[in-house]
Amino acid sequence: MAADYLDRLRREGRIVIVGASLAGLRAAETLRDEGFAGSLTLIGDEPYEPYDRPPLSKAVLLGKADPRHTELPRRREIDAKWRLGVPATALDMTAKRVRLADGDEVEYDRLLIATGVRARPWPKEPEAQLDGVFVLRTRDDAVGLHRRMKAGPRRVFVIGAGFTGSEIASACRDQGIPVTVAERAGAPLAGALGGVIGAVAADMHRENGVDLRTGVMVTALEGDTVGRVRAVHLSDGSVVEADVVVVSLGATRNTEWLTGSGLGAGPRGIACDAGCRAFDFRGIVTDDIFVAGDVARSPHALFGYQFLSLEHWGNAIAQAETAAHNMISPSSDRRPHLWVPAFWSSQFGVNIKSVGVPPMGEELMITQGSLAERRFVGVYGYQGRIIAAVSFDNTRWLEFYERMIETGAPFPVEFPTVDRRPEGRTPVSADFPDPSLPTHGPTVTLSGYSPADRQLVFTPARH
Amino acid sequence: MTQASILRQITDYSNRANPYPLYKELLKTPVLQDEEGGPYVVSSYWDIKGLLHDPRISSDAANLAAAGDDQAGIEETGLPPSFIRLDPPEHDRLRRMANSAFGPPHQPRRIDSMRGELAQIVSDLIDGLGDQRQIDLVDQFAYPFPVTVICRLLGVPREDEPRFRAWVDPLVASLDPDTRESATAEFRKSAQEARMQLGMYLAGLVEERTKNPRDDMLTDLATSRGPDGAMTMMEVLSTAVLLLIAGHETTVNLITNGMLTLLRHPDVLRRLREDPALSVNIVEELLRYEPPVQLVPQRTCIADIELRGVTIPKGSRIWLVLAAGNRDPERFQDPDRFDPDRGDIQHLGFGSGIHSCFGAPLARLETQIALTELARRLGNPRLIEDPPEYRPNAVLRGPRHLTIAFDDLLP
Repeated sequence: MAADYLDRLRREGRIVIVGASLAGLRAAETLRDEGFAGSLTLIGDEPYEPYDRPPLSKAVLLGKADPRHTELPRRREIDAKWRLGVPATALDMTAKRVRLADGDEVEYDRLLIATGVRARPWPKEPEAQLDGVFVLRTRDDAVGLHRRMKAGPRRVFVIGAGFTGSEIASACRDQGIPVTVAERAGAPLAGALGGVIGAVAADMHRENGVDLRTGVMVTALEGDTVGRVRAVHLSDGSVVEADVVVVSLGATRNTEWLTGSGLGAGPRGIACDAGCRAFDFRGIVTDDIFVAGDVARSPHALFGYQFLSLEHWGNAIAQAETAAHNMISPSSDRRPHLWVPAFWSSQFGVNIKSVGVPPMGEELMITQGSLAERRFVGVYGYQGRIIAAVSFDNTRWLEFYERMIETGAPFPVEFPTVDRRPEGRTPVSADFPDPSLPTHGPTVTLSGYSPADRQLVFTPARH
Repeated sequence: MTQASILRQITDYSNRANPYPLYKELLKTPVLQDEEGGPYVVSSYWDIKGLLHDPRISSDAANLAAAGDDQAGIEETGLPPSFIRLDPPEHDRLRRMANSAFGPPHQPRRIDSMRGELAQIVSDLIDGLGDQRQIDLVDQFAYPFPVTVICRLLGVPREDEPRFRAWVDPLVASLDPDTRESATAEFRKSAQEARMQLGMYLAGLVEERTKNPRDDMLTDLATSRGPDGAMTMMEVLSTAVLLLIAGHETTVNLITNGMLTLLRHPDVLRRLREDPALSVNIVEELLRYEPPVQLVPQRTCIADIELRGVTIPKGSRIWLVLAAGNRDPERFQDPDRFDPDRGDIQHLGFGSGIHSCFGAPLARLETQIALTELARRLGNPRLIEDPPEYRPNAVLRGPRHLTIAFDDLLP
């Protein structure tokens, strides 16, 4: 019976993918690679075919790449129906239908949700709408911001010194544009990598001429009489004049369209099992709805079965491939998605890469190189084991540390390593900010069940 | 019959033409120490890959000497060790400075802009074959091509090749474990002497460049002042010696192994003739299937390392047999098949980690152009001798001669 169904699904089933970006595209390619011959529909809210986002905050802002030409390379033909520029607005799990903004409905046998995240906007709407206020997530955002940067702004103000904010600041300095960065935490990248590494990042900012303000919040954006942003007000009472403001406060997961659908979706993403099958809001796994990419949050054995949401390029691909495989495979053939989180950034000429989940780390050891030289590998420890590592201009060693993480190697790191300096012999506190105080958005969200995610209303059945 | 140790069989010249059955045998004991006090030989793909990224593994010549390889001292006299024999931070500093003269981000186009020049050198060499219909590919093509290229890139006069070859040969021989094993004090001395002589020869050129800078790497190495400062004269020389040798000794073998493999796989040769774009994948598959650097014998571990249940004690020498890892069935499907259509050719041909081949972009481009042009221009090429005569070296493996015949030269 089940085998028959699967056979028919592979031959003539209908698969719908909501989200036409990296994860959606790779999933579609994998489905075709693995022999899915039925109909494939990709739904995307942007009018563009899938494009690559990492260059948007790097090469594009530097003018080294055209934002209109960062299409993702295609691995193969996918022979899909594209519904671009039309967001999905609702899901009917019973009828197996996705409703679109234009009123259309698309039926599916299997659904993959890969709607990703969007930039968190400035919370005060009138201020957010001032001319010159940007976020940076989409191609259109990048086109607009790049145009303003080319026009020679007097000063760019970046709110939030996470990875994206820091990359924007770096791109400004590279082009000689005055830039101020405000960060609520004590240092840039502190939320993602902790205060010790954050101090290195702060030095990078300052040495490159960024006006870095830490431990402050932006309280208001001020516009002029014709609605252009002209100044930024900070919690320490200072006012900074700026004609471009980039709001870089992390991301919000695109799950609103699932409200009321019965799926386990909320502000932290869509919960799923290790095989990418979505949970409904009662915690029961579905078998026809799968999730992948930034919007998914799945339990990870290496990290205490915490639900992880990862805004990571590599994770989107790996999870999409796993989800696609599992969508058309019998249960005995399904694979778990047990990706070791990995993330990279490039700013102020320094290559930063992390593996594992640094924010889970309590202590830090610099096992190779030195903080002062900004070339090092730092290892994060959690309850006696290695939980993450980060490198500045030292990427080639990370594979080793990734294996240490995978095998639960002990922390502190006692064995000798090449280029170990005296400073790296004893662990120090990694100095993460209090997690209850939001800084900029993290790139790894450790999201065990949060009661705030969704109210579970238990209504006893009546006989 | 006494079975010679696998290690000795690998270094034994009689197995040079086809060492792959031995590697297969070796893979049955992926972590092997088959002689008391000898090196630990690691042959499986994932283990090698892991060790190449393992900060408990040292490439420092001094550690190697302490581990009992007394040949390690060849680089110790006269010139300081080149970055290939150093650990970070010194390795990183020197490689970074060398790279700023060679590749991205500082010289993003230095290699790619040579494309036309490389194609011209290749055309000239093929045109130069004239009416000959039988050639030794090594002497007449695979050797002169990369030598010409590295000479131009560094700024070494091409006509000096016979001079520096006399110094390069003993240095290359000293890399061979068999030679090292049986080396007399005299041989060691001559290798040290050769390195000094080569260094002094280059010193003359560098001195000239300091006075009259040109657009070449010797000038850049000698005169660049980056964030790391400048190289000392001695550092410039040991870097230049390294680049000069590594810049051609390996590419000769890659091109020759490549043509040999193509002639053994005429269907692929035919496809390459019709579709030059296939050369990219062909070269990658060659680096997996017949890598010029077969093994890396110059590593020691500075901590105990456990691998597949074997504890390799701190201070041991480690050999990484890249060519065996490249044909590890745990990693590659049907590993003994030459198949440029493999979707996944993540070979170890250029190593991995911080010491991964410095010249990889150049070696790739040279070989792609060389094989494409040979395939296009030689009419009905065929092997005269199979297997051909090999060079003695077990580390840098490749044919000494490769005699091929063809019907005509296409324009």
